[in-house]
Parts: sequence; structure tokens; C-alpha cells
Amino acid sequence: MTMIFGVPLAVFMGQLLLGLINGAFYALLSLGLAVIFGLLKIVNFAHGAMYMLGAFATLLGMRYLGINYWAALLLAPLFVGLLGMLIERVLLRRIGHLDHLYGLLLTFGLALIFEGTLVNFFGVSGARYPTPEALQGGYQTGFMFLPKYRAWVLLAALVVCFATWYIIERTRLGAYLRAGTENPALMQAFGVNVPLLVTLTYGFGVALAAFAGVLAAPLYPVSPTMGSNLLIVVFAVVVIGGMGSILGAIVTGLAMGLIEGLTKVYYPEAANTVIFLVMILVLLLRPAGLFGKEA
Amino acid sequence: MATTQTMTPSMKRERRANLRRTAFYLGLIAIGLVAPFFAYPVFLMKVLCFALFACAFNLLLGYAGLLSFGHAAFLATGGYVTGYLLASYPALTPELGILIGTVAALVLGAAFGALSIRRQGIYFAMVTLALAQLMFFFYIQAPFTGGEDGLHGVPRGHLFGVISLRSNLAMYYFVFAIFLFGFALIQRAVHSPFGQVLKAIRENEPRAVSLGYNVDAYKLVAFILSAGLAGLAGSTKTVVFQLASLTDAHWHMSGEVILMTLLGGVGTLFGPVVGAGLVVSLQHLLAQSPLGNWVGPILGVIFVICVLSFRSGIVGEALKMYRKNFK
Amino acid sequence: MRVAGPPPETRHQGTEKKHNSNFRNHDEARLIHSARHNNKLPNRAMETKMTFIKKTLASSVALAVTAVMATAAQAEISDGEIRIGYLADMSGTYRDLAGPGGLEALRMAVEDFGGSVNGAPIQVFSADDRNSADVGANTVREWIDTRNVDMVAGLVASSVTIAVTRVLEENNSFGIVSASAASSITNEHCTPNHIHWVYDTYPLANGTAQAVVQQGGDTWFMLTADYAFGHALESDVTRVVEENGGQIVGGVRHPFPTDDFSSYILQAQGSGAKIIGLANAGADTVNAINTASQFGVVEAGQQLAGLLVFLNDVHAMGLDATQGLLLTTGWYWDMDDEAREWAERYYERVGRMPTMVQAGIYSSTYHYLQAVEATGSDDPATVREHMMRQPIHDFFARNGRLREDGRMVHDMYLARVKSPEESTHEWDLYEILTTIPAEEAYRPLSESQCKLVQN
Repeated sequence: MTMIFGVPLAVFMGQLLLGLINGAFYALLSLGLAVIFGLLKIVNFAHGAMYMLGAFATLLGMRYLGINYWAALLLAPLFVGLLGMLIERVLLRRIGHLDHLYGLLLTFGLALIFEGTLVNFFGVSGARYPTPEALQGGYQTGFMFLPKYRAWVLLAALVVCFATWYIIERTRLGAYLRAGTENPALMQAFGVNVPLLVTLTYGFGVALAAFAGVLAAPLYPVSPTMGSNLLIVVFAVVVIGGMGSILGAIVTGLAMGLIEGLTKVYYPEAANTVIFLVMILVLLLRPAGLFGKEA
Repeated sequence: MATTQTMTPSMKRERRANLRRTAFYLGLIAIGLVAPFFAYPVFLMKVLCFALFACAFNLLLGYAGLLSFGHAAFLATGGYVTGYLLASYPALTPELGILIGTVAALVLGAAFGALSIRRQGIYFAMVTLALAQLMFFFYIQAPFTGGEDGLHGVPRGHLFGVISLRSNLAMYYFVFAIFLFGFALIQRAVHSPFGQVLKAIRENEPRAVSLGYNVDAYKLVAFILSAGLAGLAGSTKTVVFQLASLTDAHWHMSGEVILMTLLGGVGTLFGPVVGAGLVVSLQHLLAQSPLGNWVGPILGVIFVICVLSFRSGIVGEALKMYRKNFK
Repeated sequence: MRVAGPPPETRHQGTEKKHNSNFRNHDEARLIHSARHNNKLPNRAMETKMTFIKKTLASSVALAVTAVMATAAQAEISDGEIRIGYLADMSGTYRDLAGPGGLEALRMAVEDFGGSVNGAPIQVFSADDRNSADVGANTVREWIDTRNVDMVAGLVASSVTIAVTRVLEENNSFGIVSASAASSITNEHCTPNHIHWVYDTYPLANGTAQAVVQQGGDTWFMLTADYAFGHALESDVTRVVEENGGQIVGGVRHPFPTDDFSSYILQAQGSGAKIIGLANAGADTVNAINTASQFGVVEAGQQLAGLLVFLNDVHAMGLDATQGLLLTTGWYWDMDDEAREWAERYYERVGRMPTMVQAGIYSSTYHYLQAVEATGSDDPATVREHMMRQPIHDFFARNGRLREDGRMVHDMYLARVKSPEESTHEWDLYEILTTIPAEEAYRPLSESQCKLVQN
């Protein structure tokens, strides 16, 4: 059996694949954050809570409304997206003219509210959401047993990431968006309803987080604090990628998943921390992140 | 300064203002001296330690304009170093233990500051967060901290080798003295030429640079001072509770100090004290009631309202009202 | 605002008085002796008689006075009330194994006892320790300073317990640990001010690991939570497996807590070990088992050994995921008539079947109150010493006794989780396979590092 640093090749390959899947997941989560920061300059500390709400919407939708997984994939992000639009319209718009610090603090407060309230109703221990029937079981690849559901997560995340990147970078809507946030007054003069665009963008960003939440429901226990644990990791990904770069978030997410996966094999205790080490190193060498532009 | 014997009206006004301020401070000190007879001393000590922590944080945010998301690292460093030394060397007196813990936090502050000062705004905050996470990981793994179990058995000891700190009352006065020292230090720093330059940097950094000030050096000094005082708060807290744990190093603690400072009033001297007092009291009052689990959401709501309408915090708004109505 | 309580010094005074009254007993014994002795002098009968009467009178008075003083000092319930503080995780990951249910069990014990001890009413209060050592220690410190708490019950996370017992020892209060697992609580962390009632990691390892190896599971992969409790469990299991001829072929330490076990399960699968030992608890164990089922671990032929699994975990995960799981427990609600009877009373009150911890809280509280009643005192040393002299045999513990290291040893049971077909109703979850006798299950005193044990 070939060994790579003391680990059999089969296990190594398996870990890489798992790392890639986790990475796609991180990429999806960071994408929403990158969209919101890149275009709206809002540091959305409620992103983890939105992800959690997506998972909860899926769970509760099934429990009380009989909504199945496939419908939830569409409905949960829609629901959370609408909630996000409401938040932007009612709360964030009021402080848009202020220092970015206040956006950070406001969304941080919102996260506390959402998480704390749900803890009171559902406790901290996670609830189980069953894997949808069509995705149960797995594939026997040469080196590992790959659950079908995880293969699906990889596929779905990559598709959505690519679609988002395409919309923002390559379509006219995306162009309006980018221009509108760079120079709102001018775009407004051209007749583009910039405030509406901003609201929609925020809604879209958190909908992406909620979509990740739906994907996560069958994988991880659905608990009110599931977002808060991931939040700082996702921020690290966005910062490493370069705040505001969509491509940066995607590439960094995937890379981080791989690095974390390898760490779990060789030094698992550090699995939760390695990303911060990477962040410091990157910021020392490339202050604006890997794909970022100097502010 | 005027060389004549008579005082101009403006000088008289200034003198009156100074007298008012002195009386105000003396009044507060008097309240602090009798407080332990009206309230549970350990609770008061907790408030004082967090107030010092918040004041230290505010020095960086309110006066230097730098939002650090990793201040918990300094609180924990002071706490663990002091706790470990006092628990392992019974001959070491508490004031020395606290001193060494504070120095450790200062050193860490210098190291972290050097790494993060070059960045600005959100990048600065993220770098401080990442560094704090690294420290968190270090504290989980290092055997001397006891990891999840925490570091126990920190003796209160004898102050200067003579005064026993076992009684809560004696410990309280020691903590109060430390708090006064820290607060006075910050007050002096803020009202000094150094503080003025910091303010200039906060208001308009490019202009300060163009005026020839070594902006990075000033920011670094503010960072180190802030880190040291946060470490002092952590060291003192460890001796009070005779325990140091990972809670002090977790990023939630960094978030909590931001909350306290914002609530009380960023950039005011008393704001962080008020904010810390409020948050600790709220947590304490609600903890043992059926509402215990609503502390998080309640704090969140207060946070949101503060950001939307009361950005100057309690003390800031109070000062604004005072100036509007009494000037 | 609370008024500052009496400084700790007062508590120590109480102990000193007790010591003095012991001397008085000796004096009084000597007086009786000399009185009797004087009675035997042959000449001067009248004088002797007078002396005798005088001396008897004197000694009677002395006896009476001493008795009154002894009763007053020794048999004194401080402040005329028994105050019990219940400290547990009420909202977090360990909520269901003790939590609010445990508080109900404690209240049941107090009510069944009559609500008062020798006329002193029993007051019960509680707090949520949020699994945090500082919150727990600070709460208990405040209870001691401002509420004169006599006994602290519950105590879940091992880290909280170790911090709290320090505070109890420094202030001469008393605690009964019912939910924590670490065996160090009565080993290197033992104190005269607390006892450990329900279980610890030693019998868990002994029971489950030994049974599994003897059944043929001789190669193990250890999945361990990376903190003190996980390490302790891992080392206990390693020792037992190797002693029984098995082998640990690999292991990994995962951060505590962890949500995503996929990578670790993959490593376990890659190791080829027959058994995957889960040296973790609560949410970590649940996640690991769920992830293992996602990856088809059991279908592929490996078996999971849950080293710390509670009734509420099995109930939450469901029998599909946990069937066949071997575990060691200190008590099971359906194990016999006595247990069932109490469990049904609890079920009527709480709506869930009790875990061994909740049953243990009732049992320990009841025994504590009995000891207070018998000795007439709430002084920790007195009560503890009385509890050590009684055999402990109730619906919860069989063949139980309290050892000098504070460990309450009693019979433990090896159980297997039933399959969905075998189970007849919601809470019919375990099948008890064998009993592990009290004296074999726990760490022998000869190996103890406890400072209270003469070794």
C-alpha cells in the first residue's frame, strides 16, 4: 500500500475528496458574504444566522408544512431572501451613510437576536433532518465509500457558485449591480433604481447562505448555533480571497476545504484553527487578499 | 499663562469646571469605597474588571479609531499567566503575579500590534481576530492552562506578603485600587499630547501623516497600552475568581467587550464603565431567573437600537443632552 | 442588591466548636468513671456515700450540661434551614441527561422526605451553569457567600465539577456530583467536601470495552474528543482493551465540539479495525454515530462502541441508528420492579423516562436528607461520615456503599440497545445483558491517588 506521510493512499484520496466537498460548501457560504461586502460594502455578521435560518426553514417546513427537501431547496432561500430584503430596507438602509463599523455591529446584534431566540425554542442540541430518499446510499469508488448526498452537495454548490459568478461578472444585470454600487448617483441619474438593486442584492446574498443551510440540513445537526461556529471561518475565507472578489471567495473556499481536510489527517486538533494561520500569512504577503484589489 | 493676579472670566469658568470635575471624581470614588457594604463584593469586582477591560478596548476604538476583534486574547493571556504563576509558586505575592501577567499581555500586544497595525478598517479587525483565534488554539492545547477544565486553585494570597486577600472585602479594595490606576492612566493618556495626536489620526489620518507624525508608531503605542490594560483586567479577574478558563479567550468575549463599549459610549471615558456595569448586571440578574436564556436576544435588541438611534451610547447621549440643555 | 454574607471564617468556627465538644465527652466519661471508682472505697462508708451522691450528682449535672452543649454544637442545622442548590446545564448540550428533569427528581426527593428535616424546612433553588467552569464556580461561590447553601447537587460537565469542588473545599460546604463522568473526581481531584454518586469513566471502560473484546472485537480505532474527559476515557479504554488481549490499531483526536465527523469516520474505516470506540459524549457521540450511518460503517462490517451514551441520546438518535450498540449504565428504568415503580412516578411528572443521572439525583438527595436527620447536623464531615456507614440499597443503587474517597460504588449493568423490531414502545430501548458487581466495577482503592485514601 502506498503511503503518503504515513497515511495510506486510499485514505489520503478520500480525505482530499471530502475536503473538496467541504470546500465547495465553504465557497457557497462565502459567496453570499463576498457579494454583500463587495457590492454593498456591508460586513454582514448575520450571515451565519441566515445560513442557520435556511436550515431551520427546511427542518420546520418539513415538520409542520410537509415541505420536502427538493421544494425546500427553492423555498427556504426564497423565504430567507425576503427576510433579508426586509432587514435591508428597514434597518440597514438607515445606517448606510455611516462608517462600515455600524453595519458590522448591527448585523452582529441581529445574529444575537435570531440565535438567542431560537435557542429558547429549540435548545442547543441539534435536530436531525433525514437524508432525502433519492440521495441515500453511496458509491463505492476505488478508495472510499462516497455517500450520494455528499456528491450532490459538491455538484449543487459548484453549480450555484459558477452561476452566481457568471451573473455578476458577465451579465448586464451584474454590470448594473457593480456600477450601481460603485457610483450610485450616476446610475440613479441613468434611471436605474439603485436602492431597489441594493435591497435585492442583500436578499440574494443571504439567500445564498440559506441555500447552503438547506444543503447542510441532512449533514449536520440543525441547531441555532450552527451558524455562529462557521461564521468566523467564512469571514476568514472571504478575507483571504480578497473582500469583494467573487472569484476569490470561490477559489479560497475550495482551497481552504482541501487544506482543512489534510489537517484533519495529520494534525486534527488544529483543524478548526489552520485557516486563521493561513489568513495571517496571506495578509502579511498580499495585504488585500489573494484576488483583492488594494482599497 | 496669565502673569497678573486677577483672573479673567474664562479662567474663572475653567477653574469652576475643574472644581466640578474634581468633586465629581471624588464623589465617584467615595461611592466606590462604600459600595461593598451595599452589594455583593464579588459581583462588584466582576463589574470593575470588565469595566477596566472595556476601558482598555475603548482606548483603541474610541480614541485611536481601531476596532479590534481579538481583545479576548489579552484578557486571557493576563489571566492564564497570572493564574499559572500564582498557583504554581505559593511564595509569589498576588501583586507581583498580576504584574507579570500584565507584562505578558503587553508583550503579546507588541507582537500582535506589529503584525496588525499595517492594516486598516475591516482588515485590521480580521487580522486581530485571526491572531486571537491562534491564541485560543494555543490555550486549548497548552497543558498548563488545563484546557476545557480551566486553571484552578489560584490562591488569593497575601498582598505585599502581609494583607490576606481571602476576604472578599479586602480583595475588593485591591481591585478598586487597580481599577482606579488603570482608569487614571487612560484619562491621563487621553488628555495628553499623545492623546491629542491619536485624536488627530482618528479624525483624519492622511493629514496627520502629512503633518509629519509617525502614525504607525502612535497607533502601535495605543495598541500596546490597550493590550496591557486588558491583560491587567484579566489578571485581576483571575485572582478574584481563583480560576482562568477558555471563556476568556473565546471570540464571544471579544464581541462582548465591543457590546459593552458601544452601549456605554465609544470615545467617552465613562462610557465603557457604564456599559460594562449594565451588561454584567443584566447577565447576573437574568441568569438565575427563568429569563436566563433571553440574555442573548435582549442584548442583541439593545445593540440594534443603539446602532440605529443611540450611536453615542448611554454616556454619549447623556453628554449630548447635558451640553444642549446646560450650556 | 444582595448584602455581603458572613466571611468564610464563621464556617470554620462551627467546626472548631465540634472538636471541643468531643473533648467534653471524654471529660464526662472520666467523671463517670471516677464516680464509679469512688463508690468502691471500703472504709468511711457514710462519707463515701455522700461523696458518691455528690459525685453522681456532679457527674449527672456535668453529663446533662455536656449533652445539651453537644447536641447544641454537633446537632445544629445552620440557620435552621437546609438549602440545596441545583447546578446543571439547563439549556445546552447536556440538558436532557440531567437538566430540568434532574431538578424535578430532586424536588421529588425533598417532597417524599416530607419537605423538612427535624423541623428545619428544606429550600431548593437552581441555576444554569451553561457548561462553563467559571459560571458554575462563581454561582456556587455566590450561593455560599449570600445564600448559605448547604448542599450543591447536579453538577454535569466534569470541568464545572472540578472547579466547583475547589470552591466547596475552600469554604467547607458540601456537594454531591451526579452527572459528571471523569473518574478523576474521586481520584486526584477528590476532596472531603464532595462525593460522586452515579457513575464514572472507569466502570464505563471496564464494562463496555471488556465485554466487546470478549465478544471478539479485539482491534480498536479510538475516536476521542480532544479534552481532559476524552483523554481520560481513551486511556481507561486502552488499558482495558490491552488487558483483555485486544489491540488499539489507530486513533484520532477531534476538536471538542465537532460538527463534521466525515473525515474522522473515513480514517476509522481506513484503519480496518473491527471496533470504532467513541471516547466522547453528548452531541459529539450523536454526530459521530449519525455520520457513521451515512458512510455505511455498520453495513461494511465495523461496529461502534459508545463509551458514554445516555438513555436520552439513544431516544434522540432512534433505534435505527443505535441498534446493537453496547453500553454500560448505572441504572435502567425498566431493569426491575423497584426501578420501574419510581420511573413511572417520574414519568407522570416530567413526561419522559428518567436517565440514570436523574434517578441518581433523587437517590443521593434522599440519602443526604436521611443523614442530616440522623445526625441532626448539616456539617459536611458529619453527614459524609454517616453516609459512609450506611449500606446504600434503594430503587437506584444495588449493593452500594460510599467509600472514603467519596466514590459511591454500586452494581453497574452492561446493556445492548434493542432493534426496532424488539422494542415494544417508545422508551423500551435497552436489554440488560449482565451485572457488573460494585466491587469489581470501580477503580480499586489500592490504585487510588486520592489524598483521603491511606495508601
